[in-house]
Amino acid sequence: MTKPAAHLETAIVEQDTHPMADLLRMDRMPHIWCSGCGLGTGLTCFIMALKETGIPEDKVAVVSGIGCTGRVAGYLNLDSFHTTHGRGIPFATGLALANPDLRVVVYSGDGDLVAIGGNHFIHSARRNMDLLVICVNNFTYGMTGGQAGPTTPISAKASTAPYGSYDYPFNIPYLAIASGATYVARWTSLHMRRLKNSMREALPKKGFRVIEIICPCPTAFARKNRLGSGLDLMKHYHDNSIIKHGADPREADIDMNGKVVCGTFLDIERPTFRDFQTENIATQLGGE
Amino acid sequence: MGEERRVLTGEHFLTGDHACAEGGMAAGCMFFGGYPITPSTEIAERMSLRLPEVGGIFIQMEDEMASMNSILGAAWGGWKSMTCTSGPGFSLMMENLGLGIVLETPTVLVNIQRGGPSTGLPTLSGQADMMQAKWGSHGDYEVIALAPNSPQEIFDHTIKAFNLAEQYRTPVLVMSDESVGHMTEKVVIPPREELKLVPRNYTKKKPGEYLPFECGEDEIPEMVKAGDGYKIHITGLTHDKRGYPDISAEAQDWMVRHLMNKIQKNKKKIIEVEKINMDDAEVVVVSYGISSRVAHRGMDLARKTGVKVGMLRLITVWPFPDYMIKELAERVKAFVTVELNFGQIALEVERHVAGKAKCYLVPHAGGDAHKPEDIAEAIKEAAK
Repeated sequence: MTKPAAHLETAIVEQDTHPMADLLRMDRMPHIWCSGCGLGTGLTCFIMALKETGIPEDKVAVVSGIGCTGRVAGYLNLDSFHTTHGRGIPFATGLALANPDLRVVVYSGDGDLVAIGGNHFIHSARRNMDLLVICVNNFTYGMTGGQAGPTTPISAKASTAPYGSYDYPFNIPYLAIASGATYVARWTSLHMRRLKNSMREALPKKGFRVIEIICPCPTAFARKNRLGSGLDLMKHYHDNSIIKHGADPREADIDMNGKVVCGTFLDIERPTFRDFQTENIATQLGGE
Repeated sequence: MGEERRVLTGEHFLTGDHACAEGGMAAGCMFFGGYPITPSTEIAERMSLRLPEVGGIFIQMEDEMASMNSILGAAWGGWKSMTCTSGPGFSLMMENLGLGIVLETPTVLVNIQRGGPSTGLPTLSGQADMMQAKWGSHGDYEVIALAPNSPQEIFDHTIKAFNLAEQYRTPVLVMSDESVGHMTEKVVIPPREELKLVPRNYTKKKPGEYLPFECGEDEIPEMVKAGDGYKIHITGLTHDKRGYPDISAEAQDWMVRHLMNKIQKNKKKIIEVEKINMDDAEVVVVSYGISSRVAHRGMDLARKTGVKVGMLRLITVWPFPDYMIKELAERVKAFVTVELNFGQIALEVERHVAGKAKCYLVPHAGGDAHKPEDIAEAIKEAAK
């Protein structure tokens, strides 16, 4: 192994705090996530993106539901709320409406957001509520040991699908767009730069924005399906991702061995809940 | 339009549901997240009309889980918030009533009770959610629940509920019933300056010094709102004073005791009852909500036949006035509980009487009110 250049060595020695320590609750480290999991890289992207937007830290709130991704709220050094299973979106709805100065982000998993919280997801999209939803999709309920979920591909094994899953999974970009979201993107946790750029782009926007992160779960999903380590999955994403901005979301289904369509599916503007609310009230009641 | 429309001072002829909404308005409510359900819908309707007049927000959520969560979120966003529901909707709100209790969030949940179980009697009265109010969400907790018996009282109690929510940093329940919700009576809304409102107890501590669940002897933590630089973390998991998850028996012991003590230690300040004819009473009628109005009539009928009967009308049902029942049990002959169920608060009465007096129940499955004559008969039986 070659020795690092002298100036790099010095840099390593002098850097005794994590470069993102200001936005992480360092008193809660180490985190609970497994080695090889993609949640950490996604969170890194989020922190980088937030810094790049220049949005004041005090004006960002993060709301999570339950599960491995649900723990994101607890690690971010921001106003953060860890709610009940699936209920991040309605909690965030009240928070955002009561305090319009806040940028409210819902950061949660696929089971949380589109199974138990599926009704909230579609209705919030329908209303075009001012929320950025970051949905980490690892195709399983990781924290509870790898049960099948709303995104588990047909034939994939899970602790509650020992013969392979036999119910159709949701295609999250398609669901989001069909329900009324105005910004919809998907990346894998391999695509760090693109994911970060997408988050930076979506954070200051208005309306209901969804970013799906395809994420390896080496402990549960990959082990049950013999997909290898986190690194093997990154290799899989590398070989099987297709970046296609503006792709038809109907072509974005994910099956066990197929391609993963990534990119920005939709980026449009339409009036938000608050726009209509303000306008209607002003028209009807007059005054402010 | 603006704040001048908040308090509709004057004499009105209002339904209980509309009076409830006006109580919320007068208390300073800015956010209502709800899902329509008979017989509480008129509260939501009135709020959808009234909140925009003062710059507040009404939002019709997709279900009751969402409604309950939205009012918790709004509270942490800095607004006073409320919702209303009934029957099946109350069951759905139990999940996040628990979240509200654990996050110690000031908010108000109104239940205009109807007959159950299940879809039951959507348009007819019941009082069979009284135990659910106390025990319906999983885990141990204490709750504050009020039981108004008239449109005037539901107006007053809704304000009181907002005040208690702020004072004790907890969700407060208004456990009314279809009869009160749908009856129309005179409601006097006082001038704005005569309303006694409890503002949110925002901390004076600086970010870095403040812990969201730190409290003194009174067990009541101070509040902040998102966006003020405190960078709080709060979780529905068992947590420590910082709000950080702590999955241990020790943390659980501290947190659950704290949640219980917060209400129990302060119960003598919280509890309100009305005592009628109690000076010479040998038989005590215990009742609340619509049943207390019928029971009053039953008591009068029994008094005419010479029975020394009084009434303890519960205005606060939870925390339960156990110390009053215990004290009365030492000197009276019997208790008669009148409620639109098959014995919920009656169980609580019996538990605290602890065999020291006879206990009777005048049960009713709901859908109607008791017959005063039946209550009078039960009182006479109890006096024997």
